[in-house]
Amino acid sequence: MSLYAMDRARLGELYEALGALGRVYLPTRKNGASAFLPYGEEGSEADLSLLLCDKSPKDLFFPQSEELVKFRLTGAEIALQEAARQKEPFVLFGVKACDLQAIEVLDRVFLAEPVDSFYQSRREHATVVALACARPAESCFCTAFGIDPTSPQGPCDAVAWLTESALYLRPCTEKGETIVSCFAGFAPADEKEVAAQQAAARAVLGRLPYGQLDLSRFGEASDELALFDHPAWEELSAHCLGCGSCTFSCPTCQCYDIRDYDTGKGVLRFRCWDSCMYKDFTMMAHGTPRKTQKERFRQRFLHKLVYYPKNNGGLFSCVGCGRCVKKCPANLHMIRVAKALGGEPRAQ
Amino acid sequence: MRELTNAICARAKELLQSGAAGRVLGWAPGEFFYDPTPGVFSEGRLNELVYDGFTAANLSKYCIAESQKEGKVLVLLKPCDSYSLAQLVKEHRVKRENIYALGIPCEGKLDMRKARAKGVEGALSFREEDGQVVFETLYGEVRLAREELLLERCLCCRGREYAGVDETLEYALPELPKRDRFQKVAALEEQTAQERYAFWRGELSKCIRCNACRNVCPACSCVQCVFDNPQSGVAAKANSTEFEESLFHIIRAWHVAGRCTDCGECSRVCPQSIPLHLLNRKFIKDVNELYGEYQAGADPAARPPLVNYTPEDPEPSAVLERGRA
Repeated sequence: MSLYAMDRARLGELYEALGALGRVYLPTRKNGASAFLPYGEEGSEADLSLLLCDKSPKDLFFPQSEELVKFRLTGAEIALQEAARQKEPFVLFGVKACDLQAIEVLDRVFLAEPVDSFYQSRREHATVVALACARPAESCFCTAFGIDPTSPQGPCDAVAWLTESALYLRPCTEKGETIVSCFAGFAPADEKEVAAQQAAARAVLGRLPYGQLDLSRFGEASDELALFDHPAWEELSAHCLGCGSCTFSCPTCQCYDIRDYDTGKGVLRFRCWDSCMYKDFTMMAHGTPRKTQKERFRQRFLHKLVYYPKNNGGLFSCVGCGRCVKKCPANLHMIRVAKALGGEPRAQ
Repeated sequence: MRELTNAICARAKELLQSGAAGRVLGWAPGEFFYDPTPGVFSEGRLNELVYDGFTAANLSKYCIAESQKEGKVLVLLKPCDSYSLAQLVKEHRVKRENIYALGIPCEGKLDMRKARAKGVEGALSFREEDGQVVFETLYGEVRLAREELLLERCLCCRGREYAGVDETLEYALPELPKRDRFQKVAALEEQTAQERYAFWRGELSKCIRCNACRNVCPACSCVQCVFDNPQSGVAAKANSTEFEESLFHIIRAWHVAGRCTDCGECSRVCPQSIPLHLLNRKFIKDVNELYGEYQAGADPAARPPLVNYTPEDPEPSAVLERGRA
């Protein structure tokens, strides 16, 4: 489809104009951290030049905590009130290629039968604009998963490129076209500047330390049992603190817990993100199936590298965004694990 | 730092050979230069041990689990880390007889988050030169003053004293800045209640309830945290309201009050950059002002002020007077 461009200095006007399509969520700095936040919040600063937000955009489709249903008890009567689904359209602008692939990963979980109607209603009401990367970081390894961050592909309505002077936009759906039509600052443009930025970025990608991380032992055809029984897990997990910083920063972690809260007059049933790193994850009447941190740690990584791909035609559920690299308190991240398991078992 | 690392390894080797300990708890290299991880080393693998500007992790908490294992473990402790271990010993959380604590000198640890905020993008390696840190990056070389990159806790270094170690390794290192650690707390105290509320709401609303602060905290040594206990009535997995996050952090700060050594691990590991250490420092400042100077972990015989009673203790009405001020 056609390529359009607008003056970078007019981004503020674009964000205002996008308001006609719904609430606009942008990569935003606020209080020393970054996330996809609604445009124009007090004390916040939208910034498309952020390489990656601290928090991934997954919250917008799968919030950290949400109400599912309320039961209200009046005498012997129980009234049931389902939580509303998303009804308002919104725009999610500036999703990087890794986070976009992460939405694809989530879609295959939540939109498969039985469809999660809460997630579905948010996906249907979103206009997603992807944004190419110009300056990847050393912790990026999306290319190892076959992702091209200079030309994002996946469940989006338009792809954008931000250069020194302009924002380029290539719509790929009808919804994407509405972005161009709602702002008069867009004009048809040629590929030259975009191609130059892509070439420069690709040269950097070629020098990423883990851009070609060896994943050949993982994926659809991997030897699941050999990896499960790999001796490296013992040492790898030995100093995991069992916190959820990896899980909650991860754009693809999708596990949740459902709990009932006694309101005094009934029950509020909610769901919230859960972490397989937590001791009480999948706690049942008989206890928990994974009693040690080694088992919990192994679950998280094998889910990304083996179980998910085996169930989803080879698609990995790690997208190489590198958030765990930057955020794990003990630095026990995906690259470390993939390297330790990918090669020959290390001498003890 | 290579020379110091060699000295540490050499002494550790001697101690292992003499039978003082059977293994070493130190830092193992990561996949980048900034991501070392706590590791346990046998004598044959001591050459893998790393000690440099990024080995910030306080290993004290790992001593809880390590000391339960068979044999003695040699743990490497920076001066500030040693207070955490001493406090854990005082609280009977660590089997001290299974630990050999070697105090190792520190010239302050570096904060990669600060480096990134100062424009270090795509960092591939680092070296230290005359008070400067030089990063080789995907986009060229970046030089920054070392002091600009120090972790918050190192800007207010407690000094070169150790608490309760079995021996210390002598090695001359440059002095660290000694800023007033209560400066920010005092500034917050000066604010109106509304301003303070807005500050903390802004910070704590970033919380994602990952529990990294709690799990890394040497003072948080409960076998099961009240927030993880479904029977407690306050188990709060849902990050549903800002109020809940505030409650979690405030209750945690209360629980470690008088026991927190101000090691700064909570703020170092927070994935959302919440300055959690300020809550603890507020308690430390209050304890100092109301009960006299007290450093958790410093003196194994001292009665901790918050579990002690003396007739000179301030009356509860002190709260009202302070609130009025």
